Amino acid sequence: MSAKLHIPTAPCRPGDEPDFSAITLPAAGELARPDEMVAADTTRELSFSMIRVLDEQHQAVGPWSPALTPAALRDGLRHILLTRLYDDRMLRMQRQGKMSFYLKCTGEEAVSVAQCMALEDGDMLFPTYRQQALLVTRGYPLMDMMCQCLSNAGDRLQGRQMPVMYSSDVHKFFSISGNLGTQFSQAVGWAMAAEYRKTGDIAAAWVGEGTSAEADFHYALTFSAVYRAPVILNVVNNQWAISTSQNIAGGEQNPFAARAIGYGIPGLRVDGNDFLAVFAATRWAANRARAGGGPTLIELYTYRAAAHSTSDDPARYRPSDEWERWPLGDPITRLKQHLIARGEWSEAQHEQLQAELAETVQHAWQKAISLGTLNEGPRPPDAAMFEHVYKDLPPHLLEQRRQLEAMT
Amino acid sequence: MSAVLNIEDGSVAQPAATPARRPETRTMSMIQALNSALDVMLERDPNVLIFGEDVGYFGGVFRCTEGLQQKYGADRVFDTPIAEGGIVATAIGMGVNGLRPVVEIQFADYIYPAFDQIASELSRLRYRSAGQFWSPVTIRTPCGGGIRGGQTHSQTPEALFAHVSGLKTVMPSNPYDAKGLLISAIEDDDPVVFFEPKRLYNGPFDGDPEQPVRSWDQHHKGQVPQGHYRVPLGQAATVRAGNDVSVLAYGTMVHVALAAAQQAGVDAEVIDVRTLMPLDVDTICNSVCRTGRCVIVHEATRHCGYGAELSAQVQERCFWNLEAPIERVTGWDTPYPHAQEWAYFPGQARVAQALRRALEG
Repeated sequence: MSAKLHIPTAPCRPGDEPDFSAITLPAAGELARPDEMVAADTTRELSFSMIRVLDEQHQAVGPWSPALTPAALRDGLRHILLTRLYDDRMLRMQRQGKMSFYLKCTGEEAVSVAQCMALEDGDMLFPTYRQQALLVTRGYPLMDMMCQCLSNAGDRLQGRQMPVMYSSDVHKFFSISGNLGTQFSQAVGWAMAAEYRKTGDIAAAWVGEGTSAEADFHYALTFSAVYRAPVILNVVNNQWAISTSQNIAGGEQNPFAARAIGYGIPGLRVDGNDFLAVFAATRWAANRARAGGGPTLIELYTYRAAAHSTSDDPARYRPSDEWERWPLGDPITRLKQHLIARGEWSEAQHEQLQAELAETVQHAWQKAISLGTLNEGPRPPDAAMFEHVYKDLPPHLLEQRRQLEAMT
Repeated sequence: MSAVLNIEDGSVAQPAATPARRPETRTMSMIQALNSALDVMLERDPNVLIFGEDVGYFGGVFRCTEGLQQKYGADRVFDTPIAEGGIVATAIGMGVNGLRPVVEIQFADYIYPAFDQIASELSRLRYRSAGQFWSPVTIRTPCGGGIRGGQTHSQTPEALFAHVSGLKTVMPSNPYDAKGLLISAIEDDDPVVFFEPKRLYNGPFDGDPEQPVRSWDQHHKGQVPQGHYRVPLGQAATVRAGNDVSVLAYGTMVHVALAAAQQAGVDAEVIDVRTLMPLDVDTICNSVCRTGRCVIVHEATRHCGYGAELSAQVQERCFWNLEAPIERVTGWDTPYPHAQEWAYFPGQARVAQALRRALEG
């Protein structure tokens, strides 16, 4: 018998029947909800199984069911819907050449929206490029988001960044890097400073499951555990890192949430398309962090319904009907059905809201493009590229700016 | 007195006599001067935190943080896991949240795991967020050879950092500058990578390993004020005035260059560059335009080394004044060897040879 390397494969590829046999789902409400200050090593089941609240009849069941008012749930639904409509619009506009690039979060909107709603306004968010719904939830104007994507005269980042690499200090939404995972360990430092300064704020950071292989993931878990930093570390497991299945990131062996326990951190694995479960798990981790219990690792189990970005075609690497048959469904449908089941929503109201939000997106778009697109209309001045390299412009950059200006 | 001390002329350590109280100076090694700078900044600014491998209880493998944890507490001076990338990332996050972290990377040779955090994150945060976020981190790291450290305890990777826009890069050559520059670095709102030539920690070293080790006691730059003062970033120092040739050096090589000029009997003007970014082009080029000859000395490898940038700057500004080709004396383009350390190290003989070539040219 000879040793043989194991090269994990995706569960299914184009032409295959979607295969979800590796996914074991507990019934909603099945898992116990321990006290927030519980010892990390007692969260084994929470990290290997999956916290779910919404059952097949769309009822919220079990100890994790959060005390959310219908109004709050409708707010959540509104943010999710707005994000999806925004994404759809921006993708179409990218296809029309109005911007260089776009990237949707379709199918996983509940992660950002519910997590954001479970946090306080002063808490700092360290997102990836697929957390645009955090900004939507915090009320960042759609038009400002669009202007960033268009790199136009209204872009608050002065054309420095690719589309979707948003930043808003006012909304405590950290500048998106584009290098994967770097913000995960930075968030720990931010949280340590919050603790040192006794501000009472906590930090939350996100990576995708693919990025959990980066060193920064390990740094973040080690440092946050060692110093008991008040931070929530989130792994959004949307199954796909561009064309690579979560199996290549190590998801075939144990859930990503289970890695927490070895570091002495509680791990929670959550149905990421269950708005109520995501909210409840995040609030649990936030309570723990604020009470001095330190970090929590949350794996949000979801599905990346759209392409990675406008630069890839998922039909080349996965079955096109995988999303339609995804066993955890669509977060919009599930939240909508829950509200309807509670008598707090109707199909008619839903359609009306959708129409209203579509109008909102259209209105913001018209205002945004009046300030230019990547190829037409006003843009940030070229000479602006020299600012903010340093706090003050050093002599060599003054000279280079002068050379550029002499050319034009 | 601070007004006097803020003006650094590069040659006089003692402040001019004043009627009022004089700042107390004492003899310090570079280690003690760096420790004093950290002490002063911890005292003055509650947002200054110091962390790194072995810097807390033990006070650092080179003793630069000795006594600081005892004095300021473990919440301000503390040990970290062995993870250079994590150290810098943590500092970045702290800086964004209002603190002013000073981290130690135990050897410059160990800094590469942090390179992504430094070159992609720390350096560009202000830029990519159009000024919304920034992080005033200072990264201290011992560099350079001459301590039998082989290829993983001898490198001087300053060129890799001077190449990155958004960073400031500093390398002092003596205790007085080390303290004043480190205080400036910590107070600066831009990120600074601060290289400490470890062969200079305990005394000036002129490149001759056969000579007995000298301490900083006898060197005028070993006289260091005990309190707060700055040596500004972006200013070179003319450490020896001369007329025949301009020598551009920094760190350990300043002392090697001085000794080599003496050995060669050359009236060299020796300029200690001190800050590699921002570079004091005026001091350098005014000197070279006057002498018409230029020798550049650094310990790191030659190809794409910082000397290449210095050479290009001099060529662009001093071409019509140059009487001879610009000379570069550097480490060879090999990893830093162990047994062959002194054949690798660009010592006095090689510098003296270059000085003579420059004068003959």
